[in-house]
Amino acid sequence: MLIKKGAEASLYLEEWHNHKVIMKRRLPKKYRLPEIDMEIRSQRTVQEPENIHRAKEAGVPTPTVFMVDVVEANIIMEFIDGKQVKQVLDSLSSEEKRSLCRYIGELIGRLHSHGILHGDLTTSNMILTPEGRVVFVDFGLSGLSTELEARGVDLHLMKRAFQSTHYKHAEESFAAVMKGYVEVIGEELTENILEKIREIEGRGRYISREER
Amino acid sequence: MHRSAMSYCLGIESTADDFSVGILSPEGRILANVISAYIPEGGGIHPREAARHHAEVAGRVLAEAFREAKIEREDVNVVAFSQGPGLGPCLRTGATAARALASYLGVPLVGVNHCVAHIEIGKLVTGAIDPVALYVSGGNTIVSAFEAKKYRVFGETLDIAVGNCLDVFAREAGLRQGEGMPFGAMVEKLASDGETLISLPYTVKGMDLSFSGLLTAAVQSLHEGKHRVEDVCFSLQETAFSMLTEVTERALAHTEKPEVLLTGGVAANKRLQSMLSEIAKEHEAKFCVVPKEYALDNGAMIAWTGILAYRHNMTVPVEKSFVRLRWRLDEVYVPWVEG
Repeated sequence: MLIKKGAEASLYLEEWHNHKVIMKRRLPKKYRLPEIDMEIRSQRTVQEPENIHRAKEAGVPTPTVFMVDVVEANIIMEFIDGKQVKQVLDSLSSEEKRSLCRYIGELIGRLHSHGILHGDLTTSNMILTPEGRVVFVDFGLSGLSTELEARGVDLHLMKRAFQSTHYKHAEESFAAVMKGYVEVIGEELTENILEKIREIEGRGRYISREER
Repeated sequence: MHRSAMSYCLGIESTADDFSVGILSPEGRILANVISAYIPEGGGIHPREAARHHAEVAGRVLAEAFREAKIEREDVNVVAFSQGPGLGPCLRTGATAARALASYLGVPLVGVNHCVAHIEIGKLVTGAIDPVALYVSGGNTIVSAFEAKKYRVFGETLDIAVGNCLDVFAREAGLRQGEGMPFGAMVEKLASDGETLISLPYTVKGMDLSFSGLLTAAVQSLHEGKHRVEDVCFSLQETAFSMLTEVTERALAHTEKPEVLLTGGVAANKRLQSMLSEIAKEHEAKFCVVPKEYALDNGAMIAWTGILAYRHNMTVPVEKSFVRLRWRLDEVYVPWVEG
């Protein structure tokens, strides 16, 4: 059963050896050349499960991967029961919101301290389970790097996701994320990364002068 | 001052290399849209040189717009100008002309955001109502959609604009642009004779894009001399446009908007159009491409957005009408759109 038709991949909820699973299929995109298409699909299908495993080692909850088919660009993985942080965040009290964002920041910190970049840190890619765990999903654009620039871009995406989807409380939410992040990464490095984020924003097209 | 109900808005555009004046009726009839482009002798746009061009042609372009619209100066009851974002000297030249005209006519002045104007004129001329907009030009690369009184930015370039990437590459390849044949069109023409795909860096970070690495790699493979220029153009276009289309599709899947609107100078590219119409079809959205005259920087878009803003009393006193070089699309309050 198709549960989400994304741009990058489609997600199907299936029964697989008595497990409720997500089948992630990267279908060919007709708009791009077959060479580019094949390259992007197979590359992401390989790197996604690799980084899902690395994230687990870093102590970040992720779905268990059951099967990978590089030729067809399919991944079968555990279905995570819960709600997207995107759906719940705005309905939380400010206390709960802060604590959830702080926890998310801690998880991002763990990823970064292990050299992992999620590549698409949005609140739709974080599932809040009934037990209160936050599971990071969709590592399709993930990568490995410990460079300030790469970490800055990763966090900048998180900030942008708050601004576009949770614009009413974007600033406090991101500040709470950074509170959790600094606990893992440490003050000095975090300060350098924040500086980098400011640089990235200044580079971005036409930031208003007041914000520079 | 009493004015008759039937009066017009004149818009002045001068953010970069074009100086343009448009005149529209309140219901959105385009009476005039005169554009004068500054073409540099060589290299990119020199802001002061472009501004000098604007100052030189301003009088003539204004007079021509009035002639084209077949109206008198007194028929104009609002003057709008592009207040930003853009190149300082260019913006100031347009703003000066707008202030002078508004003061002379004794009519209100409206400062318009250039990026908002691109989307609004696109909606007017294509009939799109609530699109995901891909705005691609020499200075901007933005994927946007309307949500809660603002055009939200869903994705944008982290470094250079895609149009800039194509322009710089074209200059590196020794091409020279002329009237009616901009760099983008030349790259497109060469690309149509390309056969072999060269692997170039494809950089999508979430919803955001980066073109600087792609540009460097394309220039390098050109200078290595192992590839035909046609093949490099072809590979550059295929890679850059695949990136743009992927990000636009993500915004479309996320927002579930009913339309895709393609605008800006790069919108004229047929290959980009075909890629975007493909994803629009897949998501059952209508694909709307803005005709060249209104996709390039133009005064009509400023006049039209001026009308929309004026209806909500968003005028600006002359003494506060300073230009805003880095005025972001998502900073603008847009009360005239429902939703």
